[in-house]
Amino acid sequence: MEIFGLLMDGFAIALQPLNIGLIIVGCALGLVIGAMPGLGSVNGVAILLPITFLVPPTGAIIFLAALYYGAMYGGAVSSIMLGIPGASTAVATTFDGRPLALQGHADKALIAAASASFVGGTISVVLFTFFAPPLANVALVFGAPEEFALMMLAFATFVGLGGDDIAKTIFSICIGLVLSAVGLDIMSGEPRLIFGDIPGFFRGINFLVLAIGIYGIGEMLWTIEETQATGGAKISEATVTFKRTMAALREILGAWKAGVMGSFLGYFVGILPAAGATPGALMAYGVAKQISKQPEKFGKGALEGVVAPEAANNAASTGSMLPMLTLGIPGSPTTAILLGGMVIWGLEPGPLLFVEQKEFVWGLIASLYAANLFALLINIAFIPAFIWVLKMPFTILAPIIFVLSLIGGYAPTQSLHDVWLMVGFGIVGYLMRKLDYPLAPAVLAIVLGPLAEPALRQSLLINDGSFMIFFNRPYSAPIMIIALILLFLPLIKIILGKIRGKKSTA
Amino acid sequence: MRTAELVMAIVMAIFSAYLMWKSAELPIGWIPDEGPGGGFWPFWLAAAMLASCFSIIYKWVKKTSPLSRSTEIYMNAAAVKSFVLVAGSLIVTVGLFHIIGIYGALPLFLIFHVRILGGHSWSLTGLMAVITPVVTFLFFEIVLKITLPKGLTDEYFYPIFALFA
Repeated sequence: MEIFGLLMDGFAIALQPLNIGLIIVGCALGLVIGAMPGLGSVNGVAILLPITFLVPPTGAIIFLAALYYGAMYGGAVSSIMLGIPGASTAVATTFDGRPLALQGHADKALIAAASASFVGGTISVVLFTFFAPPLANVALVFGAPEEFALMMLAFATFVGLGGDDIAKTIFSICIGLVLSAVGLDIMSGEPRLIFGDIPGFFRGINFLVLAIGIYGIGEMLWTIEETQATGGAKISEATVTFKRTMAALREILGAWKAGVMGSFLGYFVGILPAAGATPGALMAYGVAKQISKQPEKFGKGALEGVVAPEAANNAASTGSMLPMLTLGIPGSPTTAILLGGMVIWGLEPGPLLFVEQKEFVWGLIASLYAANLFALLINIAFIPAFIWVLKMPFTILAPIIFVLSLIGGYAPTQSLHDVWLMVGFGIVGYLMRKLDYPLAPAVLAIVLGPLAEPALRQSLLINDGSFMIFFNRPYSAPIMIIALILLFLPLIKIILGKIRGKKSTA
Repeated sequence: MRTAELVMAIVMAIFSAYLMWKSAELPIGWIPDEGPGGGFWPFWLAAAMLASCFSIIYKWVKKTSPLSRSTEIYMNAAAVKSFVLVAGSLIVTVGLFHIIGIYGALPLFLIFHVRILGGHSWSLTGLMAVITPVVTFLFFEIVLKITLPKGLTDEYFYPIFALFA
């Protein structure tokens, strides 16, 4: 049982005083960020990544992973107390969490959300521990064609499963990839796409500039408009006493089935790049309703309706780390930013991490176990504090986020050119988001672009320019074929629909 | 929404065409023994962007996409006002970074948002306008040793840095 030994080594790293401190701070910050309406893990990770250069890479990723986790816990707070999802991942939690709060059971819903998150987190980390090393082992033999095929698969999931407008999704992926191509051509060293001969473009466009632009500046512009349109929401009261907590916990234990189901479902949905925590949680809600003995109670304050999606969104966040660590392909926008961070920290994402950076990988995995526990404790102990966070007026929160974004855009490269770009991306991104252009694919693309282009060019070079190389190798062929099926899935659906339409009219 | 959808698609189509032209500054074809040229990758991606835009425009003309039929307003007067104020304040602030530096611009930005847009008390505004730059300075310049832009105010910071040296 080599895994246990490695995991124990991981705990030795995760439990170092500095790392424990980072886990606690990360969880607490994540909870606060997740609880704020409009801000989720991706915003927190994007805005705070620049400050992690303070600590070594292992500490940095532990901090950000804890923040990711905390945000998944925290999202439920505003869903329940305000009826506004704290993050898109907590949308499904409003369906039954809000009715519970309105019936005076806010504390029960909050504790259910926290304990379900803990269950989801724990089950998924255990799955992760056993899935990751074998997958990394397989991936060790991957060459450039397999890497490119995997990235195609990641993008194809957005087209086939993303659910957004196809043309707009493809546009978003391509613009992210093109932006990542700005700078010097990696192979010939020639300058490329230097707009207006501005020297700042020679360094290329840092993925953080786009990520903070979209998830910091753009998100705030979006939320400011939303809050203006809806006005303030009424906050529920929660009475938290020891006796009530114990009674609630007993009742929550009765919903264990929904929690376990949500955990498994969330984990596997989370692995897919385009799916992730939001659809995972929604699916878990749907399944919980179907397997429930009292489906009619759903939407009116069923505890399972809180437990299932909350278990699923936490499990999905762990699931999305599996492809990030083992294949170097992020499973969610948040892990895309983490992956970009790994490149900045000087680590090469992919299966070699499991061989060359054992400390980093197992330290991170062990820290997920610990982060789960801390997030649960902090969450339950400080419920009143998070409710206070919700009362913070947006006119104070927004400028703080803007300031953090401006500094965060400047810090990695220390160039005002990047800050200008970031503000530009934020504004254009906001205007595009209003027209239903999905932006997550662009962020994923700008992170993967610098890895995808050399993989494609090397593959073509070793096969004299023939794309057949992707189809005559044992691993790349099935991956590429699945990617192509996903890519053409919308088209296939349209054709099938037309055929059926003709049959019914004939 | 309908007009905005078309305008955005046209603007992005022009941008895509520009990207294709710009990519073509480098060889976009096959170079013997070197593989695809440097412009190959961005050129074809930009071509895909252009094709996506044409598809959006086509659906707009045919009225087959939801937004091409939408009668909703893209931005009402209140939304335009707040967008112009907030986005404008960001642009002005970054512009001021060049001149009076981050420590001059951030307090002004905070005063504008907290007091003028937010309508909070002067004491809260003042507190935020003072604490934010001080914390920023201590954290970034002293702890992380990242120099933030100071514009013309650079020399006034020498004595402060001397305190921490």
